[in-house]
Amino acid sequence: MAEPVIQADKLTKRFGSFTAVDAISFDVQKGEIFGFLGANGAGKTTAMRMLCGLSSPTSGQATVAGFDVSRYPEKIKKNIGYMSQKFSLYEDLTINENIEFYGGIYGLSNKDLKRKGKELVDMLDLQAEAKKLVKGLPLGWKQKLAFSVAIIHEPKIVFLDEPTGGVDPANRKQFWEMIYETADKGITVFVTTHYLDEAEYCDRVSIMVDGQISALDTPAGLKKTYEAANMNDVFFKLARNAKRSGD
Amino acid sequence: MNPIILENISKSYDKDKNLAVDNVSFDVKEGEIFGLIGPDGAGKTTIFRILTTLLLANSGKASVCGHDVVADYKAIRGMVGYMPGRFSLYQDLTVEENLNFFASLFKTSIKENYNLIKDIYVQLQPFKDRRAGKLSGGMKQKLALCCALIHKPSVLFLDEPTTGVDAVSRFEFWEMLNRLKEQQITILVSTAYMDEVEHCNRVALMQTGKVLSIDSPENIVAAFPETLFQVKADNKHKLLKDMATYQGAFNSYASGEYIHISFEKDNETDAQRMQEIKRFLADKGHQGIEISLAKPGIEDCFLSLTKH
Repeated sequence: MAEPVIQADKLTKRFGSFTAVDAISFDVQKGEIFGFLGANGAGKTTAMRMLCGLSSPTSGQATVAGFDVSRYPEKIKKNIGYMSQKFSLYEDLTINENIEFYGGIYGLSNKDLKRKGKELVDMLDLQAEAKKLVKGLPLGWKQKLAFSVAIIHEPKIVFLDEPTGGVDPANRKQFWEMIYETADKGITVFVTTHYLDEAEYCDRVSIMVDGQISALDTPAGLKKTYEAANMNDVFFKLARNAKRSGD
Repeated sequence: MNPIILENISKSYDKDKNLAVDNVSFDVKEGEIFGLIGPDGAGKTTIFRILTTLLLANSGKASVCGHDVVADYKAIRGMVGYMPGRFSLYQDLTVEENLNFFASLFKTSIKENYNLIKDIYVQLQPFKDRRAGKLSGGMKQKLALCCALIHKPSVLFLDEPTTGVDAVSRFEFWEMLNRLKEQQITILVSTAYMDEVEHCNRVALMQTGKVLSIDSPENIVAAFPETLFQVKADNKHKLLKDMATYQGAFNSYASGEYIHISFEKDNETDAQRMQEIKRFLADKGHQGIEISLAKPGIEDCFLSLTKH
């Protein structure tokens, strides 16, 4: 049964004469792992910022977790989780302090915070490190912790922006196991990555080229349509003709 | 003499609490593309900084172009090009100003070595009056490479030049490096993307300061010690979970569209093993089971080496 948690309808963002995101339309379902791919400069970050309620669309509309992104951006922020490779945790706070800080921001009661915080530390097996500064943790653990913190308030959807960049292969695998677990609990996972083998782990994948969604399907469907052996080939066939290049 | 030589180099930070590079030795041959492959924290940047004479090792010896990194550091600085991981050109200077600045530092001009940067510079030309800080990521990367090349260095050090760059741009960057290699420039390059290994002549696989293996990509793959199978079924997440409980396996993990499962070599034939896995999965209620022998990739090798 379809139960969309993201619905985008001709969502557009212009900066002056430049159309960063050009009328993109798509749905993402509850509990789905949705891969949001594209070349640098294709418009992924801008699109994601609109979906997170951080930037308002020039035209078109989108609802996220049941709320319109233009009208209720604050409601959206309460109902989503977000983590990125670049910024996720405060390095100069301990693990426990980070959990407390984010839990508090997401509006958890003190009681819930205590219980959830302990659950989280136990699940990640970080009991011995809980009172240590985050900056001493290896990157793989940092990212797993950041992800757990981003879903501590059990949001309907979590946005992951290149969560595994620079992470070693074993931890990258474990990170994806956590993504699977999260999706199984009914939390939708919206993820961007430059590792194209990770695109295979998604239920569906969209590929943005020059502000538009050029393709959207299951990995198997995309490989069939583009007569490609793997997602790398699919990506090359689509992104090679991109006119824009950027960040 | 090889242009880059490291002998038992170690380096620690924070009063020896953090051993960043642990007794690393390797040589890079002339005209070779040599890759340091490993995740964040492997020690790649520390090795670059020691070789570019910006950091002193605690112990061990290293030389670049025949010069000792400690005694002859000044000679090395004039002979190498270095592109650090973090963009470190002058953001407030334009593309052309940056390039001119680096050329004049090395007492040369853009004109003198233009043939070396031509391929890359033509792509930057339309933006030559733009400030470096306003360039896109891909363009910054190209400008940084031009600036590192402008004095025709004998050795080029590239620290994670492709991090955060999309797959197509990464491929194009490696094509550029291959053209430089034809000009007999020795290249030491690091990356956290395992799939980029194929562009290197030889690589050192690294994790937490240690070298796990040094060889050509072909030889590393050929030396994969276990037997590797690829498995597929309709419900991938359940498959991943179930395979993790399979008795007697050495390792199992998701790999692209498959689950990879490896076994230490023993008397059991591959056909027997595949039958057993199939039966195991059928008992767990899996549908659409496919299983076959898999060709290991560098990532499989890395996972195997770190698990041993």
